[in-house]
Formats: sequence, structure tokens, C-alpha cells
Amino acid sequence: MADPVLAVRDLVVEFVSDDGVARAVDEVSFTVGRGEIVGLVGESGAGKTLTSEAILGLIRCPPGRVSGEVRFRGQNLLGADERALALIRGKDIAMIFQNPGASLNPVMRIGRQLTEAMAIHLAEARHRLRRRAVDVLTKVGIPSAAARVRDYPHQFSGGMAQRVMIGMGISCVPSLLIADEPTTALDVTIQAQVLALIRQLAREMGMAVLLVSHDLGIVSQMCHRVIVMYAGRIVEQAPVATLFHAPAHPYTRALIACLPGRDGEGRLGAIPGMMPGLKAMPTGCRFHPRCDKAEPRCATEEPKLRQVGADQIAACHLAKSDG
Amino acid sequence: MAQPLDADGLALPTAAPAADLAAEDRGLTAARRWWRRFARNRGAVFGLAVFLAVVAMAAFAPVLSPYDPIAQGVGPPSQGPTWAHWAGTDSFGRDMLSRIIYGARIALVVGIVSVLLSMVIGVVLGLVAGYYGGWIDAVIMRVMDGLFAFPIIILAIAMMAVMGFGVKNVIIAVAVGFIAPFARVTRADVLAVKEEPYIEAARLGGVSSLAIIARHVLPNVTAPIIVQAALRVSGAIITESGLSFLGLGPPPPTPVWGSMIAEGRNFIVMAPHISTIPGVALMVTIVGLNLLGDGLRDTLDPRLRR
Repeated sequence: MADPVLAVRDLVVEFVSDDGVARAVDEVSFTVGRGEIVGLVGESGAGKTLTSEAILGLIRCPPGRVSGEVRFRGQNLLGADERALALIRGKDIAMIFQNPGASLNPVMRIGRQLTEAMAIHLAEARHRLRRRAVDVLTKVGIPSAAARVRDYPHQFSGGMAQRVMIGMGISCVPSLLIADEPTTALDVTIQAQVLALIRQLAREMGMAVLLVSHDLGIVSQMCHRVIVMYAGRIVEQAPVATLFHAPAHPYTRALIACLPGRDGEGRLGAIPGMMPGLKAMPTGCRFHPRCDKAEPRCATEEPKLRQVGADQIAACHLAKSDG
Repeated sequence: MAQPLDADGLALPTAAPAADLAAEDRGLTAARRWWRRFARNRGAVFGLAVFLAVVAMAAFAPVLSPYDPIAQGVGPPSQGPTWAHWAGTDSFGRDMLSRIIYGARIALVVGIVSVLLSMVIGVVLGLVAGYYGGWIDAVIMRVMDGLFAFPIIILAIAMMAVMGFGVKNVIIAVAVGFIAPFARVTRADVLAVKEEPYIEAARLGGVSSLAIIARHVLPNVTAPIIVQAALRVSGAIITESGLSFLGLGPPPPTPVWGSMIAEGRNFIVMAPHISTIPGVALMVTIVGLNLLGDGLRDTLDPRLRR
């Protein structure tokens, strides 16, 4: 892909404590192109959120330690100082969170919160910013936005609050939106609306989206490409259709098997066991203790990410090479 | 029409009627909604009435008081309540009612000004300590612990001994004693608020630390600070009265409740009204202010409201 908006290379996030170094994100590399929606999936604790926080320089160091390279439109964000980051955050890269209600200041009017970031990044007069705030709210589908800017967050439902958050995110026309579990706190019907909104905005604005989720169902509807993480590593990366029809990694297959409503089986699938803790990583392939296809070498030899299909990479000894 | 409690959300299930509530509330400003809750709290309304009465006494003292509070011999000395002197006279034959009315001035000025002073200083220290954490927090809070170690009256006596008497010095002494509680209350809430996602969201929007403290943190910790202030006003008045009682307040013949109580001690058997009437005035004021403070806490603190 020519000139990706975001290129992450060998990103490592570690936490130093008295009893050693815990590596929570281990040599993660991926790119997100203009207008592309990339899904980042995995169980809780796989390192999804840490990866997205590391991109924005939000990890406190110490105790954290971040290395590798995060190139945003060519600029390495990991080397950038706090002031340079503050200029990019909120303007060129926006982030929306899991819990929309809690992400809005309860004692500040919605309009004020919308204009706050805009006032920092856009040199425009107050009344024009206020107009823009109304425009943005209209754009994210909030009815009678002109009146609603005077409301407080508690007067918004969860779905509406998430729309406001998305509005705040896109108000400065960012080129990258990082959405960390944007719909987890919402019920299913609202979920669909919010996701459709993000997709529509990505298309209209040519915005790249990194969608962090543990829900493969959402990812399958939303994304062009999917990255599967397990225990801090990328285990598979493929275009969404390939991933669902020909998953190469047993973990991906297991995740897909856990989705309800496939195969018409009565019972939901589940992956036995738990993801290993950071301080007790198994040797070899990190998934082998839970893998039903594991061979002896899986326990000793660590599989490297390699090309297993036209556009597909996976880290598994058993995956066929470049088919 | 539903029960009055319903507007509070108390008797209602949480999720479903939220929309109705929001619709009903939309017509009202936040202040009006707060007032509706407050007015239902009888103690708080009584406290507010007492507070307003004391304020009125202080403001209109020259108009309200029947005699000059300092003039001696306006009546026979140490006389109990009569039609001419509703609260009696003291041992110098001064009119007690006039002295009590004028005494409200000093009580209020000391109570309010010292609390405002300590509030401003304490809140700023608490915000800085809580938000930045680390060694700044450690230094500020250890100093606050040091202040806390002294009983406030001892601290005030020591300061008065160094600075000398007078209303201004009473205010400073009381204010210094109240900085620590304000800093603590503020810091405690800042610690909770700064972990809220909306603080992170503001940081992500590129908002600077100072702007975050001023616009996002401070407005979210005001409720406990207001409550603390309201409750501390009564504490300040008690401290001021205590100092005056010990003779460390404004020098005589200034009418001060504390020194009036002290002056009556020698006549407590023959003329008990000289001590008791200012004592009752002090007590009613303190109870009123505490009820007002409790009412503010119950209606302003969002954690108690839900």
C-alpha cells in the first residue's frame, strides 16, 4: 500500500517492575492506509488497547517502556516530544473510547466540550466554532443539534453520547481515528448505528480507522483488514474475507468458532484455558497450551510471522506456506 | 402526579424513565433543579433562614440595635430581660441585644473571610498535589499533615500570641488552620477525577495540563469543596468565639459573642443571662450553619444524590 497513514514497526511495550520486565506488546508491526478500516482483535489482555495507547504516546514511562517505530504520515511519533504530540492528538489523530458516558465531562455543556479541542487546533473565532460544533453534531446524526449543544452529558443516552464522542473525534477532520471498543457499552441496535456512522464517516472523509475490538462479529462487518493479536503478538493478519473463509492460525479458527450462529450448531464454541500471564509465557508458540493441533515442536520452537497466502500472514508452524 | 420523591430519581428504576426525567428537567436550569431538592430538606431550609437572619443582623446592625452597643449605663447593670432591654444588660449596663446584633458582624466576617482565604489556598494546593502527584504531592501533603497535627485552637492561640490581637489576625490564624482540610478534601477528589476517561479524552484533544485542571478537574470537585466551606464557616465562628472567650480576640469593648460569654462568667449565678444569651445566639448560629452545610452536602454531592 502506497504511503500508509499509520505504519507501526516492531512496536514493543514493556513494563518494568521489581520482579522483572513484562512485555505486554511484542514486536507488533502493521499499517493502516487512507480510508482503510483495520480491525485489531484479541481477547482481553492481548495488548490491543496498549498498542493503540502506545501509538498516541499515552503510556506512562516509567513504569512503561516503549520502543519500535510509529510513523504517522511519515513522522515518527515515538521520538516526538510532548508538545508535538499535543498538536497531533485531537487534530490529526482522534481516539474514541469504550465508555462514552464517562468520556464526557459531566459538568460541561456538550457544545463547550466540542469547541474546546477545536479552539486549540483551529484558529477560528468562537462563534464560528460554535457553528461548527452544531454542524458536527448534525453530521453524527444528533437531532436538533442546535438546541442539544446546550445540554449536559447526562441528558444524552449511551448511543447519543457515543455519537457526541465521535463528533468530538472528527471535529478537526483527523486522518486517523482510533476506536477502542467503541460499541462495547452499547446495546446491539445502537451498536449497528454507531458502526455504520463510523464507516460512513471514514468513507466520506477518507479517514483511516483502527478499530480495536474483541468482537469478531463487529470486525467482520466493519473492516477491510483484520489483525489478530494473542498474548502481545500478532498471530495473523489478513483481509477480512480471507480471514473468515481461510483462517491460517488455529487461534483465529477458534475465535471464529466461538461466534454464535455459524454452522447451525446448538452450542457456542469456547477456547479452553486462559491466555497466559505476562510473567509466565509458555515457550515456543504462546498459544500451544490451548491449541488442539499442537505438535511437539510448537512447545519449543517459536513460530515466526510469515506469508501464508496472497495477502495473509500468520505465525503458526502448521500453516501452509504461501498457497 | 407521581410522588414528590420521583423527581429525585430515588423511587424510580434507573434505566427506562431516564428519558422522561431528562425531558422534564430540560425546562429547568441546574440551579432551579437544585433548589427543588434543597427546599425539600427542612433542616437545610431552617439553616438557611438562620444564616440569612444572621446576615441581616450583621448588615443592618445600626438600624436594628436599639442602643449603642458600646455605651455603658444605658440601663441598670446586670439586669435580666425587660421591655426596655429585651436581652437584659451586662455588668456595665450595656444593652445585650445591641451587643449581640453587632457581635454577628464579627462572627460573620471572621467566619466567611477566613474560610474563603483558606479555601482558595487549600483548593489550589489540593489541585496541584492531586493532579501532578509525585514529589510535589508528597511535599504539599506532608506540610498539610504538619498543620493538621496541631489542634486548630492551639495553632490559632500560638499565631495570635505572635501577631497580636485584632480581627485581622483572628482571620489569618483561623484561615491557616483550615487550609489543610481543604487541601485534603480537594486532593482526594482530584485523585478520583483525574482517572476519569474524560480527563484522558481532554488530554487526547491536546488540552494543556493547566486548562485541564481549571476546566475539567476543578468544576468536578466543587461540590465537596462548597460543602466543606459551609461546614467550616461554623467551625471558624466557634474558633473565633473560643479565642475571644480566652481574651485573644478583638480587644474590649468590641462586642464579640465569645468575650460576652466570658464576661458573664463572674455573674453566672446572679445574672445568668449575660453568659447564656450570647451562648444561645452562638449555638443557634452554629446549628443553623451546620444544617445548611449538611443540606448543601445532601443536595450538591452527586454521589449522595444518586
